Amino acid sequence: MTYSPRRTFLKGTVALSVAGLAATAGVLRAPTVLAAEYPTNAFVAKKIDDALKALYGSSQVANSDAIKVKAPPVAENGAVVPITVDTTLANVESIAILVDNNPMPLVTAVNISGADSYFSTFIKMAKTSDVHIVVKAGGKLYGAKATIKVTAGGCGG
Amino acid sequence: MATARKIKFRTREKDGGVEVVAQISPHPMEPGTRVDPKTKQKIPAHFIREITLEHNGKIVATMLSSGAVSADPLLRFRLKNAKKGDKVKLSWSDNKGESGSGETTVDF
Repeated sequence: MTYSPRRTFLKGTVALSVAGLAATAGVLRAPTVLAAEYPTNAFVAKKIDDALKALYGSSQVANSDAIKVKAPPVAENGAVVPITVDTTLANVESIAILVDNNPMPLVTAVNISGADSYFSTFIKMAKTSDVHIVVKAGGKLYGAKATIKVTAGGCGG
Repeated sequence: MATARKIKFRTREKDGGVEVVAQISPHPMEPGTRVDPKTKQKIPAHFIREITLEHNGKIVATMLSSGAVSADPLLRFRLKNAKKGDKVKLSWSDNKGESGSGETTVDF
């Protein structure tokens, strides 16, 4: 069989993709200090309830005034939307940020093991959406939300 | 040649604790769902999946992330019972097996 440059290129590309998939599935992962597995199912879930069930084992969330969400009402660039979460709930274990109208709502989950229950970062939003903050504290889930209008979507569209 | 990814830190007193601001840059945080408009190919996923924050050698926060966090991730945490001179370390690893870490000393 003769190998054309194009055939070799395609083989190489497929090999890279397979390696990428395997790495994501945890087969070829880099060493990590985390004992727990990366919750892939939670991150690929298409609905908030499914993401929460995969992440925390439940989607029962009680609204809480003790969670402060700081976010702009209008984001001009959906690729960099600042979100800050601060909560006075006791025994906080984890803080998750989920975007209703993103193809995969779970953006990030921060597990707290000694730091203060505070977190801030910039996230991508595909379009105008509610942003849900879910806090796991004392084994239960509490939530708050902010509605952010996006004038230019941030998922490359 | 591998890209040198650096971590920039800033620490300051804030709201009864010490705020640690850290930026890992550059990192594309490519979700894997975007299509290159020129080639029509999907741009492969390349994003940080795990970030750990250590305070004086103890892991105090672990961030599990997706490609929906913005590129060159800028993060803010707040430490409890922190004082000047305390050691802070941030470590990260991504879906392609790349990893890195950086350290700073609390100062304000």
